[in-house]
Amino acid sequence: MKEKAESLIKEVESKLQTVKDLKEANELKVYYLGKKGPVNELTSHMKELSPEERKEFGKILNDLKQSITTSIDTKINAFETAELNRKLVSEQIDVTLPATKIPTGSPNILEYIIEEIEQVFMSMGYDVVDGPEVEEDHYNFEMLNIPKGHPARDAQDTFYIEDENILLRSQTSPVQIRTMLKAGGNTPVRMICPGKTYRRDADDATHSHQFMQIEGLLVDKNISLSDLKGTFDTIAKELFGENCETRFRPSYYQFTEPSVETDISCFVCKGKGCSLCKNTGWITVSGAGMVHPNVLRNCGYDPSIWSGFAFGFGAERLAMLKYGINDIRTFYQTDLRESVNFDRKVGE
Amino acid sequence: MISLNWVKDYIDIEKEDLKELAVKITKAGINVEKVTNCHIDNLVIGEVLECKDHPNSDHLHICQVDIGTKTTQIVCGAPNVQKGIKVIVALPGCILPGDNIISAGQIRGEESNGMICALFELGLEEKNEETYAKGITILNTDLKPGTDANIALGTDDTIYELDVHKHRNNDCYYHIGFAYEIGAILNKPVTLPETTYQEAKENVNDYMKLKVETPKCPYYLAKMVKNVKIGESPEFIKKRLISAGMRPINNVVDISNYVMLEFGQPLHFFDKNKLGNQILVRDAKENEEIITLDGQKRILKSSDIVITDGTKPVCIAGVMGGENTDVDNNTKDILIESAIFDAVSIRYTASSLDLRSEASIRYGKGLNYEYTLAAINRACHLLEKYADATILSGMIVHDRVDKTEKIVEFQTEEINKLLGITLTNQDVETELKRLDFTYTNQNNLFKVTIPRRKLDIDPNVNDIAEEIGRLYGYHNLVSTLPKVTTRKGIYVGDVKIRKEISKRLRTLGLNETKTYTLTSPEMAKTFKYEDKQPITLPNPMSLDKSIIRTTILPSLMNVYEYNKARNIKDILLYEISKTYDINYTEESKIAILMKGNYVINDWQKTTIKCDFYVLKGIIENLLNYLGFKNRYNFIKAEVADLHPGISAKILIDREEVGILGRVHPSLKKDEIYVAELSMTKLYNKQVKPLKFKEASKYPEIVKDVAFVTDNATESNIIKEQIKKSAGRLLDSVEVFDIYENIEEGKKSIAYKLVFKDPSRTLSDEEVMNVFNKVIQEVESKTNSKLRS
Repeated sequence: MKEKAESLIKEVESKLQTVKDLKEANELKVYYLGKKGPVNELTSHMKELSPEERKEFGKILNDLKQSITTSIDTKINAFETAELNRKLVSEQIDVTLPATKIPTGSPNILEYIIEEIEQVFMSMGYDVVDGPEVEEDHYNFEMLNIPKGHPARDAQDTFYIEDENILLRSQTSPVQIRTMLKAGGNTPVRMICPGKTYRRDADDATHSHQFMQIEGLLVDKNISLSDLKGTFDTIAKELFGENCETRFRPSYYQFTEPSVETDISCFVCKGKGCSLCKNTGWITVSGAGMVHPNVLRNCGYDPSIWSGFAFGFGAERLAMLKYGINDIRTFYQTDLRESVNFDRKVGE
Repeated sequence: MISLNWVKDYIDIEKEDLKELAVKITKAGINVEKVTNCHIDNLVIGEVLECKDHPNSDHLHICQVDIGTKTTQIVCGAPNVQKGIKVIVALPGCILPGDNIISAGQIRGEESNGMICALFELGLEEKNEETYAKGITILNTDLKPGTDANIALGTDDTIYELDVHKHRNNDCYYHIGFAYEIGAILNKPVTLPETTYQEAKENVNDYMKLKVETPKCPYYLAKMVKNVKIGESPEFIKKRLISAGMRPINNVVDISNYVMLEFGQPLHFFDKNKLGNQILVRDAKENEEIITLDGQKRILKSSDIVITDGTKPVCIAGVMGGENTDVDNNTKDILIESAIFDAVSIRYTASSLDLRSEASIRYGKGLNYEYTLAAINRACHLLEKYADATILSGMIVHDRVDKTEKIVEFQTEEINKLLGITLTNQDVETELKRLDFTYTNQNNLFKVTIPRRKLDIDPNVNDIAEEIGRLYGYHNLVSTLPKVTTRKGIYVGDVKIRKEISKRLRTLGLNETKTYTLTSPEMAKTFKYEDKQPITLPNPMSLDKSIIRTTILPSLMNVYEYNKARNIKDILLYEISKTYDINYTEESKIAILMKGNYVINDWQKTTIKCDFYVLKGIIENLLNYLGFKNRYNFIKAEVADLHPGISAKILIDREEVGILGRVHPSLKKDEIYVAELSMTKLYNKQVKPLKFKEASKYPEIVKDVAFVTDNATESNIIKEQIKKSAGRLLDSVEVFDIYENIEEGKKSIAYKLVFKDPSRTLSDEEVMNVFNKVIQEVESKTNSKLRS
């Protein structure tokens, strides 16, 4: 028995010498280890043996199987590796061929500014609120301390829709009014309201009858103009970098008192004076102030208890400054050659 | 424009650096936009000693001019140059406006060492045919040759150009008001000009009667002067008017303008003898006519105010006088009007007549009644002095002016709280004194009376805080952050879903657009797929921006055209905007436009072109993302301006939420696909919260089946029947192949059915039973046959 097994191993070894490819190797495996193969044939003699012999013979058979499997598999593996290597050599691509173009959608350029400002203010606890664009005169003017006939109305030449009652909002301030009214005069308010506004301006490189404002409002107890300054510093540094300096100048708006215009140090000339800052070293970026006591009162807040500040940015102006855009119409044309080039992750 | 020479009459600023002062004024709230030093260097007075014709020219002259230090030769082309006159000489090195540098040289062979000037060459007059024809300026002066000509011309002045915010105009657009502002900044007193004069015995009330019939004239004063001598104004008046941008005319007219620029109070001078003996101020009659000073016929409205002689209008109050009573060279007696009219009414009249004058602008901003009186007296003073006028005693007065004092009570603490600073009572007193505000302080309670000239200040503590704050200097504020509770801001209402949709659509490759809400009537006629009437503006700026859109699609078509014209082939757009209809109903919409290729790989031939199904895929992706999976379906529908065969409505829970399809070839031949969904409807629908669903542990069994049916049958009909017949063991069913015209008018649709049970392994047998039932029922109920 033992001799038979040994001769079988030798037989396999010698046949493996002549095996030419993977196919033959597999055939060899099937033949020797298959149901009707020589190994199984030996197994069938088991029942003719005594229990002791059987035990010994079983071990020999197992070793035999193991031995044949290992030898053939080694051969098979060698063939497979060789074949894979051949394949890898033949499977070469030109990595410089064009990629499959997956479309990338880009935001409108104004959205970059708006998103950035929203993120800063949301992190400081301001809600982002929306409001109607077709608005009532009541919210757009009257509640904001701008009664009918007031000269401040002349400057905001308004698109009226129905008599002097319904209009296309000339500012996003009515959203502040609506928010304060909703808050009911006894809870603090922290909100910004980016949105479209409309004024009767003929469109040219620097004027647009439709534009976007980003206004904000904070009403609470013990709020001061210094708090507005600190808040403005924060947003200015976020938008224009850590080295950005800020300045307040007295100004006038009907719905804030005191009112200020807020300047940032010119980021082109760093304050030395250039054409962008008209040689002043400063660029005006927003208007702001302490909420006028009449406005607080109109919205149910007692000015002896509550105070607050409001501010307003022009999204187009900020984007024009920040990204070096010269024509305001750029934002409303959507020239895909421009917007796709502009595609980069927001806020980084 | 403010002349600093003029301001010096009222406040001592002799030692101030005027550029630095401008910066201080700007920091305190009035923006000095431009500081102009008018002085022109190398400009002297010359006397023409000799004037000969140029030998090589038919119009040039060779002049010998005494310029003080020497006599020099200058060639001059003006027709009016002659021996013995005093002229303005620009010497070599002088730079005239327009960077015209004067140098010595030769003109047609003759030496010329400078230029004899006309006012327009110095930028002091407009250059036009009239001024050009006048030739050079002949000076009527005693000043010696060689003297700095700037002194004679009034160009030794510094001019501030102001950008005054609307509320400050009425206290800073005149020199006395501006002096008060400087006084507050420099802490210096202001001296008012002289207003005294001799009065004759005759009384104006013997000559004139006044009646005011409109509430829009609360204050009306008039004085009368006799025997004025009309002539040229004294030099200082002329110079100052020029500095302030006004043209000198004659002494009388100039004085009225001069006083206006001093006190901010416009005056009107009537020729008393043309006027008669009555003044009636009333509302104009509708379509009443008047010929104004400029010779134009004006048609008035009942909202205008007129001054009449009892019957006919002689002046549009606050706007412009009438030709019938104007002061001319023969005028002897004058009635001076100094009045206050309703500011809103004046602004309205000025804008409706398109007659914005220096006077109407000032009336339109409101006036201080104290200066109404001061101005009329000042005018009398000047007329007596410079026009030899005899001033009649008495004054005609109509006085309904509200003289209630504006008083504010506050504590220092309130100011500190508003500004975030720490002033003491002492500090506040110092600031109030600088501002020239009268006040009392009892037990820490300040009581401040606001001066009449500060029309911009309302009696509340915020206004006082502003006045103190701007003098304290906002640059001195410390930056702090509000001491408020910490919280994270949220997107309120539908802002969040808008942001999410916007980001998703960008991820899917669409580019965001922003277009105009206002559209043209032509645009508004397209894509009227809803029963909505748009809002038309009653007074649009232009027709192309006259309608508030109800759909964004026409605007996206414009963006498409814009990009197509720039040779861009693949155009993928979206916009989210509010729309409105005639009932002011607001609906936010999501519009999409796709044209060209979506995914591009030409060399591998795997490019995916935009078509109905790509667009449908984008919409499904979006709706799934928003949580509407299994709640929506697309049904074929005819939609305005979409291809009738390639258009559908989008339904969620059977409610229509949008449309999609190819743009109708008759609107645009290009193969453009568009969709529009109502974001408002999506926002209003409830979506279940996210919940984890475990994947089945048990194997699935897949069966394919194909049915032959009419070409017109929609795949969904069979799909729905499959779902119905298969019951709960069916996990999903999807079309995976279509074979059109497999036989005449028939097509084959192949479906892949996936069977699965989350709790156990299915047996082949039970799946086959269901599968056979599906085939049988599809055949019997949907007019389809199993494909053999």
